Amino acid sequence: MIQLSDYLILGAIMFCISVAGIFINRKNVILLLMAIELMLLSVNINFVAFSSFSGDLSGQVFVFFILTVAAAEAAIGLAILVVLFRKRGTINVTDIDSLKG
Amino acid sequence: MIGVLFYVFAAVLIVAGLRVITTRNPVHAALYLVLAFVACSGLWLLLQAEFLAVVLVLVYVGAVMVLFLFVVMMLDINLVELREGFIRYLPIGLLVALLIAGQLIVVLGGERFDLDAFPFPAAHGAAFSNTKALGELLFTRYIYPFEIASMVLLVAIIAAIALNLRRRRDVKKQDPAAQVKVLARDRIRIVKMPGSPE
Repeated sequence: MIQLSDYLILGAIMFCISVAGIFINRKNVILLLMAIELMLLSVNINFVAFSSFSGDLSGQVFVFFILTVAAAEAAIGLAILVVLFRKRGTINVTDIDSLKG
Repeated sequence: MIGVLFYVFAAVLIVAGLRVITTRNPVHAALYLVLAFVACSGLWLLLQAEFLAVVLVLVYVGAVMVLFLFVVMMLDINLVELREGFIRYLPIGLLVALLIAGQLIVVLGGERFDLDAFPFPAAHGAAFSNTKALGELLFTRYIYPFEIASMVLLVAIIAAIALNLRRRRDVKKQDPAAQVKVLARDRIRIVKMPGSPE
């Protein structure tokens, strides 16, 4: 039978996959944003699992808010990405060093 | 039955997550992310979080991932350049990920929680509505956070429009107001000239 810890371990594995994704795709801003989405998804898995197993719906309300904030973050992040590409012609993270001095 | 479904969805989720971070083409990565969201939605259905499962598919697969695909296809990016350093950072990424995963699995493993106190949630009756219960909670106890969330979305809309609003200087365009206001004498001047003798 499936237990609470199975869901928590699945969330932990997804979180680690997205951490590895941020490490190995550190030049591509689009993939960084996708890894952040995956990370938020793994946190949401934990919230839903705890909420459902303990019979308290408040956890699902928090997932609702996290989905809202994640959608806002994706919209603004992609808007910044488009402006950046228009100005510089690239989305390579290593080329974005104007503030380095 | 639920156990089999859980492992099927979990396997799909993990494989899709791995393909998101390792695939060469950002379009494929976005499509694998869609697969991951759908698998996660199935997992939430098993936990009887029906409203969130549907919202995840509608909002994420329907809106956010379409936005991602739109941006990926709009930008003309050099894939080879962006793949630089993939092999170089693979070992450290794998090391960090495996360390975190190992620690979390040790902590989250069965014996730390009193798992008998949290049995798998029993199936609700057909009369129970997850959406209704969630809505009652959202509009009573969490009404102020709900309104703040709406403000967050409003700020996101305005920010996304303001960031991409620009006045282009290199294009010629019409000004209808000036076109309507113009008078005949502004455009054409009739001059009287003495006729030339033929």
